[in-house]
Formats: sequence, structure tokens, C-alpha cells
Amino acid sequence: MDLLDLPQARHGAAGEGAALTEPTPAPPSTAPAPTSSRTPQPRDSAARLQRRLLTTGGAATAALAAAVAVGLLGTALAIAQAWLLAHAIATAFQGGAGVDSLAPGLSLLALALAGRAGLGWASEVAAVRISARVKGDLRGRVMAAAVAQGPRLAAERSSARTALLATRGLDALDGFYARYVPQLVLAVIVPVAVVVCLAGVDLVAAATVALTVPLIPVFMVLIGRMSTTHRDRRWAALGRLAHRFADVVAGLPTLRAFGRADAQVATLRRVTDAYRASTIATLRIAFLSAMVLELLATISVALVAVGVGLRLQAGDLGLEVGLFALVLAPEAYLPLRRLGAEFHAAEEGVAAARDVFALLDEATGDRDWATGRPEASPASPGALRGEPPARIAALRIDGVSVVQPGRDVEAPADASAEVGPGEVVAVTGPSGAGKSTLLGAVLGFVTPTAGRVAVVGDDGAALDVIALDPDAWLARIAWVPQVPYLAPVSVADNVRLGAPGASDEAIAAALAAVGLGDLPLGRILGERGSGLSGGQRRRIGVARALVRRAPVLLLDEPTAGLDVEAERRVLAAVRAEADRGAIVLLVAHRPGAVEEADRTVAVRWRGLGPGTGDEPGDGRSPAAESPAAELPAAVGPGVGGVAEAVAGEFAEPVATAPAPPGSRP
Amino acid sequence: MSALVAVLRFGRPVTPRLLLAVLAGVGAAVCAIGLSATSAWLIARAAEQPPMFALMLAITGVRAFGIGRGLLRYAERLAAHDAAFRVLAELRAVTYGHLARLAPAGLAELRSGDLLARLVGDVDGLADLWLRILLPMASAGIATAGAVLVVGGLLPLAGGVLAATVLLTVVGGPLAAGAVARQAEGRLAPRRGELAEIALETLHGAPELVALGAAPRALAAVAAVSARLAAAERRSALGAGTGTLVAGLASGAAVWVSLLTGIAAVRSGSLAGVGLAVVALTPIAVHEVVAPLAPAARLLPGLATSAARVRELLTRPDPVAEPTDPAPVPDGTLGLRARSLRVRYPGAHSDALGPLSLDVAPGAHVVVTGPSGAGKSTLASACMRFLDPASGTLELVGIDGAVGITSLRGDDVRRAVGLCEQDPHVFDGTLGDNLRLARPEAGPDELEAALGAAGLLTFVHGLPKGLATRVGEHGARLSGGQRQRLALARALLADVRVLVLDEPTEHLDETAARRFAAELAKASAGRTLLVLTHRPELFSDAGWSRGPDLAARGS
Repeated sequence: MDLLDLPQARHGAAGEGAALTEPTPAPPSTAPAPTSSRTPQPRDSAARLQRRLLTTGGAATAALAAAVAVGLLGTALAIAQAWLLAHAIATAFQGGAGVDSLAPGLSLLALALAGRAGLGWASEVAAVRISARVKGDLRGRVMAAAVAQGPRLAAERSSARTALLATRGLDALDGFYARYVPQLVLAVIVPVAVVVCLAGVDLVAAATVALTVPLIPVFMVLIGRMSTTHRDRRWAALGRLAHRFADVVAGLPTLRAFGRADAQVATLRRVTDAYRASTIATLRIAFLSAMVLELLATISVALVAVGVGLRLQAGDLGLEVGLFALVLAPEAYLPLRRLGAEFHAAEEGVAAARDVFALLDEATGDRDWATGRPEASPASPGALRGEPPARIAALRIDGVSVVQPGRDVEAPADASAEVGPGEVVAVTGPSGAGKSTLLGAVLGFVTPTAGRVAVVGDDGAALDVIALDPDAWLARIAWVPQVPYLAPVSVADNVRLGAPGASDEAIAAALAAVGLGDLPLGRILGERGSGLSGGQRRRIGVARALVRRAPVLLLDEPTAGLDVEAERRVLAAVRAEADRGAIVLLVAHRPGAVEEADRTVAVRWRGLGPGTGDEPGDGRSPAAESPAAELPAAVGPGVGGVAEAVAGEFAEPVATAPAPPGSRP
Repeated sequence: MSALVAVLRFGRPVTPRLLLAVLAGVGAAVCAIGLSATSAWLIARAAEQPPMFALMLAITGVRAFGIGRGLLRYAERLAAHDAAFRVLAELRAVTYGHLARLAPAGLAELRSGDLLARLVGDVDGLADLWLRILLPMASAGIATAGAVLVVGGLLPLAGGVLAATVLLTVVGGPLAAGAVARQAEGRLAPRRGELAEIALETLHGAPELVALGAAPRALAAVAAVSARLAAAERRSALGAGTGTLVAGLASGAAVWVSLLTGIAAVRSGSLAGVGLAVVALTPIAVHEVVAPLAPAARLLPGLATSAARVRELLTRPDPVAEPTDPAPVPDGTLGLRARSLRVRYPGAHSDALGPLSLDVAPGAHVVVTGPSGAGKSTLASACMRFLDPASGTLELVGIDGAVGITSLRGDDVRRAVGLCEQDPHVFDGTLGDNLRLARPEAGPDELEAALGAAGLLTFVHGLPKGLATRVGEHGARLSGGQRQRLALARALLADVRVLVLDEPTEHLDETAARRFAAELAKASAGRTLLVLTHRPELFSDAGWSRGPDLAARGS
């Protein structure tokens, strides 16, 4: 069997060698590939994105301004250089002047030449500096938008992908700001300036340039339209071939075990060669645009040269003017030719920009946890929102069901509970049943598809948490997620995140209560909480909740991974919170935690739609069964597409395949 | 750099095409320089108002160069890409051929997908050596040499200056830029890492940060790290344009010095006035031709690293010594017999297995157990002749007698002995493609039987596209259990007399694993089975016999 002949998968173009990019050395794109979960962009959106990149903020304006300034100065130097050069040659040739008499002109020429070299350096320095500023600015906005969207618990966007976008992904903008924009500006300024200058000395040469320069973009657009589609498809195919090569290399032991490895060598050669042949056929068209560009540029220069030569011979023109036209004419075409070469830089920038702006747009069109909610009009933020009651008499969960976008299950399905102050209620159920989602609904992060979560005040009035002012409501809650956040600051400051004003004594007491009394308060935590075990991390989260002294306590498996003694301490601390009058909802797996609770609420999931049973079945979790849950994190870019494909092709519960035990937390 | 020289041989089979690309490239560069030089001559000569016919040749030359450059550049691009793709095909095929001889035992430490992926990237990236460096350097070098000769012929000093400045641009510029960039990168890398860490942590913790009302503080912390990175980027930017600066100064110097010496030469009468224009204006065109080489030269260190990795692979010793006079594999049902067998990976300092004595009678179903690291997968590799015994013997036992595995050809062994690896690879194709890998001629009934035994039949029947369902990259659209079952079905389908299964029940739960153990025995009547597992209790039914336990290894 020829594995290489298999029809190609829809993803996996990543890692294609730079061999196919022409003519600039394009670094492998670090921008995460746009996921297919987004609506396809119209074809002209690249131009729109470019415009948006140039108008996205102060730093971007500075980039444009710097490019214009450098462009103007560079043009002036080019013209000066051409004139000084022509003057020196003509004077020496016809007047027989020596170096001495030409000294002032030659000195100026040296300055102009050095100035152009220095300007090339300065423009690169300025471009990188400005690019750093734009990236910093966009990074801040991306992070703020992503954090604001964070509470959507089942966000389809993975944190890793967004982090990649906010860091390395933005680096793709370097090429855009540092190379493409300056070249774009030059391509506008230089030809105009050259035509104006030439017009002053030789109208015919000026007309030749003025007529041919506009032809270049026109032809390029025409040929570009013709070839882009072809080329994109072909280069994507080559990308898939590289992916296929990686696949057969990774699978070598398997192929060898089945005695199929050697056959792949010949296949590899044959298929790569077949792709080469068809790719070259496509490149014949793709390279046409470059050829037309070069052809127009050089023929025009030749026309100018011959025309000037003929008029010189006839005595209509001076040598100085002729040389000036000859030196200057190629300058008009150079920026356009280089612009074509920087096309990749623009494309990569646009690819990164597409993801960045998509995220920013999503955030503004979405419920924004920093400023308000979608229900409220932007003009009147907070207008419709109520304050939670001063004293909460009960938390009422009333028939809450949640269907996550793109999933065919309700998880939880029809969950109900009422918890009063002083009570500890355990939320149990198989993994994937929606226990964490239920906590999300209490927090107000998740809007139930059916049912509601309400707070009951002293007066018996029940307020829907969705209708509450989010900041005011969240201020009443202490929530410990499964993997608590740890900042790279001291242990004490991490606990203090729960209550900014907490004293060191209070923090030490909270840590002691969860059995972390030995942990030095001043110890700085490393990256991603390194140096702490999962259990210690979880207990810091609990300590953070304790210092918050909130009326509502939500704990998501706080004792997972703890030994019996540590679990006992944590549960005792939780009980103490309840005794203080807190409402405690505790997601629990382990019997110890369940026993500690006063009551238990069992959460179940329920399949939706035709073809699946209505019953929760045998209690196996839909999340763990879903192939999406199996995706290795290392798959990286393209995960979104895979997950979507999974949802499409493997939508039915996979009854024959039990989940690997403990494969997912 | 020696590694780069070593990989040059991959270009040898396509030498004529490479030469064609160089030829076209030289033509294009000559046209570019020639256009400039001829135009300068034409204009200077025309100023002397000679009779028209004296200019005709130059006028024709200018027009021809003007047209020729675009056309030849087009031809060069096509020829260069064609040649580079051919080199790439050769590179892939040769590397793959080597890998195929080494895998898996000879690539033990490469098995983490990351390293292997890097290697694939290295191979693909090496095509750049020709496309971006060798071919352009050759064409520009030849054309520049011609220009230096012409200018030098008119004015030796100007020729020398031109040659020196071109070298400065192509060699000095990239070296300076590389040194500056390396230093800057050294400063930037830790900042980038720091930012990536805090960004990821903050995004992971976003819901909690919002719940705590701490999001602004966390974002401020990210912004602070981001600002430190930006500051480092700004500092390193100073060196960013070094290459451009060097190239610009070199080009300017060429023009200026040529002009200066040319003027003096005209004055002294050693250079005709017409020649002055040529001497002064040609360097501009030459430097424009060589300018793109400088950025390309920056790729060299990366390519050298890639080449070194590829060469290291190509020079690795074969983990198995094939017999010069191979014995035939015994006929009929086969068994395995090991005596004091020790196995060691190439380059390792201690044994990965042994001493082990093991008897698997022809047709028997044997379970060998041991903790992880005890050498179960090593035993599987030895049985597949992926790895030679370091000492002791391993034999294939037939009805009529036994043959030592080292006197058999590896391919012959693998026609008789099959393996389901511990971490089987699932190819990015359809379910059917993955199955038929084991037996391309298998009919639908055989496929169904194998799927049934592996417990995957219901699942496949439930899929709208059945066996034509695509499984995704590395089987990403399957769950871990489904991938394992697919691999088991594939192994069962293979037409082998001995089947070695390495941790076949990994990713299966208790019930499924027990059912599989029973199905496996049923589907393998008459076939010898060697199951390597850390869960021997699953294979405790009648019909299974327990082999020796592998001891945990200290080292």
C-alpha cells in the first residue's frame, strides 16, 4: 500500500520547508494557523486587515510616519546622488576637470552615499522598535480580551493557542511593520518623485517612466489573480506532502514491523517527483508576475537609455542630464520590485492579524467580564443589574441544564439543589457529567440553557445570578478551581489574591489550616507553580478562598491528589467555613469528601438529539468518551480544526470504547 | 560546515539541471549588469555625437539586455526550483532509506516525536542550500567576476575596489549581522520565555482571576514582562540593520572610489572619458545583483546545523548485522527460544534486557510480564530482529529444528514474526488504509474478523463512512482505546506465524481487556503468541501459559 498516495488530510500543512517560498527567506510561520471554526473570510479581507494593522493605534501610526519620513529622506538622497554622480562624470569627461576642482561635489556625493547606507540602517532600527511597540500594545489588548473571555468555561479556544498568539504569533508582525510597510511607502513616494525630477530636465524620459510604472501594479494584479488560487492550492499540496513524509517517518517502526518500509522509499521518490512536476507547472504561471515586473522595469530603463542616447547624439540633450536620467530611472522601479519580494512578510503579518483581530472582535461582541454583559446595551452598562442581597439566605439551583456549544449533551442535566448558610453540599457524578459547569453557572460564567441559579435573600426574594452585577456577585464568592492559578510571586501574595488586604497572620493561619504551615510565606513561586506538587497548589487555592471569608464557597475537587491527613485538614477547614455561616458547594470524587458533606447532589449528563439515548446510560462520561478529549496537547495549531472534524464525524457516543482510566483530569 | 559539504552529494544526481539553473542565473545577472554598463557607455559615447552607426551595437545591446534579464530570471527561477525539488526528493528518499534500516532500535533516542519531526524539518529545509545559497551565489559570483574583469580592464584599481566591496557585502555583512543577532538573541530568549510562561499561566487562570477580581493586577504583571521584552527588542534593534549598513557602505564606497580613481585616470589620460561612465556606474548594478545574497548567507549556520543532524543519522551504524549467507526460516508453526539472552541498544553502556531464558513452543500462547523498564519492548525488538543479541541466543523454533535469529535475514524474520508495538503508529489515512497496511490483499471478511476480535467492529459499523472514515494525524480523531484496538486489529490481520504483542491492553479498561484477551486467543488458534504485559492477570485463562518474569533493572 502506498501511504503517500492516500488522499490528503485537511490539516497538517505546518512545517513545510521554506524551500517553496520565493523570493524572500520566509521564516516558518509562528502564527497559529487560523482555525476552521471561524467563518471563512472574504477574499479581499487581506487588504482590510492590512489597513486595520496600520490604523490600530498610536504605535502603528508612528510606524507609518517613520516609514514616510525615511522614504522622503531616502528619495531626496537618491536624487541628490544621481545628480552629483552625473555632474561629476559629465564635468570630468567633457570639461576635463580633476578631482581637486570637483572636490565639493565629490564630498557631497560621499555624504549622500553614506547617508543612504545610514538611512537603510536607521529605517530598520526604527521599524523594529516601532514593531516592538505595536506588538506590546496588541499583546496587552489580546491578553485583556482573552482574560475577559476566560470565564466561558468550555471556551473552544485553548489557553495554549492564545498564549502562543499573544507571544510568538505577534512576532509575525515584525515583517509587516519592519519590511513591508516601509517598502509600500517607498513604492508610492519614489516613482512620483523620480517622474517629477525627470520632468524638470527631460520630459521624454519622465513620460517613459510615468507611463510604465503604473503598468507594473496593473499587470501584477492581473497575473496575481490568475495564479494565486493555483499557487495556493499547489503549495498547500506540497505542505501536505511534507506532512505525509513526517507521518511515514514517525510510523517507521510500524511500517518495518509489517515489512512495508522499503516500499515507501520508491513511493516517496515517485510521489515527491510527481508533486514536483505539477508544482513546476503551477510555478510557470506564478513566476509570470515576477517576470512581467522585471521585464517592465528593465525594458523601461532600456527605453530611457536608448532614448536619451539618441537625443544626445542628435545634440538635443546635455550629457549631465542624460546621465542623471540613466541613474535615476532604475530607482523608480526598485521599490516596486522589492515590494513584490516582501509580499510574504505582508502575508504572514496578515495571517497573525487575522487571529488577533478575530479574538479582539469576539471579545467586544461577547460578554465582557471587565465591563459588562451582553444583555445590557453598551450605552448603559450595569443599568439592569441588581446587587446581591446583603445577607444570603440560600443558594437555589433550580433544574439547571447546560448544553455547551457544539456538544450534543446536556451536562449537567436538570440539576437542582438548595444550599443554606452553614451547609456543606457535595456535588457528585461521573466525570463529564457537568459538575464544574454547574459551579460555573453559580458563578454566572455559564448561562444555563434551562433552569436557573438564584440567590435567596433574607426577605425570601430570589434573584437570578445572571441578573446580578457580576463584580458584586463574584465578590461574595470564593471559588477554588481544579487547578488554581499561581502567579510568579511569593506564597503569601498568591494567597492574598483572594483578599488584597489580608494580613500575613491571616495568610499564615489559612495556610496552616490546609496543612501548608511549613511553606515559607516569602517563597517565590517559579513558573507555572513549579516546585509545588499538584496537591500543594490546590491547597494554596483553598487557602486563598479561606482568607476571602466569602459567604459562598465553591470548591472543585479540592482534595484530589491529597493524602488522607491533608484531605482531613482541608475538609476540616471547609467545615469551619460552613460553621462560620458560609454556603459551601463541594465537587467531590473521593469518599472522604463526600462523607464530610451534609448532603449530596448527584449530577448527571443526558444525550440530546436523534440516535442517542435519552438516558445517562451507564454513567460513563461523555467528555472522556469524546475523541476530542483524547487530543494530545502537543498537536498544537490545528487542534480547533480537528476538534471540529471530530464533532462532525464522530458525533455519536462511542459506546465500544471506554475511556482510558485517568487519561484526563 | 563540513556537514554542509557532506550533504552536497545529494545534488549530484541533478547536476545538469543545477548547471542549467546557474547558466540562466548568470545570464540574468549579466543582463542586469550589462544593461547598466552598456547604457552608461551608450550615453557617454552619444554625447560625443558620433555617427549613428557607431551607436547601433550599443543600442541593440541595451535593448537585448533589457528584455533578456526578465526572461532569463524567469528561466532561472523555474530551473532552480525544479532542481531544488529534485534534490529534495533525493534527500527524502535517501534519508528515509537510512531511517528504514535503523528504525526502531537504531533510533532509540529519536523516538520522541519531537526529535524525529525536527529531523524531517532538517531534511526539507536543506533544499534551501541549493535554492537560496548555492545557485544564487554561483550565478551572482560568475557574473560579478565578469564585471570585475571588464571594469578592471578599463581601470585595474576600480576592478579591485569592486571585488573587495562585493566580498565585504557578501561575507563581511552576514558575519557582522550574525554576530550582532546572536548577541541580541541571547538577551531576548530568556525574556521571551518569561513572557510565554506568564501569558500561559494568566490565561489558564483567567476564570479564577476574574472571579477574584484580580484580572487587572494579573494583566499588569503580564504587561510589565511584555515591556521588559520590548525594551530588550529595542536594544537589540540597534544591531538589526548591521547587514544593511555594511552592504550600503560597501556599495557606496565602490561607486565613490571608482568615480574618484576614474576622474584621476581620465585626467592623466589612462582612461577614456567614455570609460569613466562605465567605471562609475557599473558598481551600482553589481551591488544590486549581490545584495540579496547577504540575507541568504544568514541562513548558513542554521543549514549547517540541519546538515550535521542529517549526516549524523546517515553515518549511524546499522543496529543489526545481516548474515552474509542467510539461513531459511523453518517451515510450519514457529516458536521462540532464548538462552541467556542479553540485549543492548547501540551506544548504550548497559543491557536493556537479560539474561533471559524463554521457551515459546510452536503454537503456544505465552505471557511474559515485568515492571516498566524491565525490557519488554527490547525483547519485542529482538524477536523482530530490530536488534541483535549482545550475548546468548535467540532462535526461531520450527517443527524440524531451530535456527539462530542472527543467521536469518531481518526481512525474512519479519515475514514470519509480527509485532503490535506498545505505542503503535496510526497513519493519517482511513481506518481501512491503516488495517490493510498489515495485509494489502485482505478482503472485507478478513477485515471484519480482525475488527471483531479487537472489539472495534460495532464502532466501525456505527460510523457513517465505515472503514473509509479518516482517523486524523496520529489517529487524533480516535480515542486512546480506539487507537489501540485499531493497532490490535491490524496486528491480527497480519499473516504471521508468531505474533508479539507489547502491552496490548494499554488504554483498555478491565472488562474490555479481558474480552480482548479471550478474543485474541480465539482468533489465534494455531498461531504462536507472545504477550508482553504488566497486567498478566488478564491472560490467566486456560490456554495461556506464563513465561518468565522480567526483573526490574536497576540502571
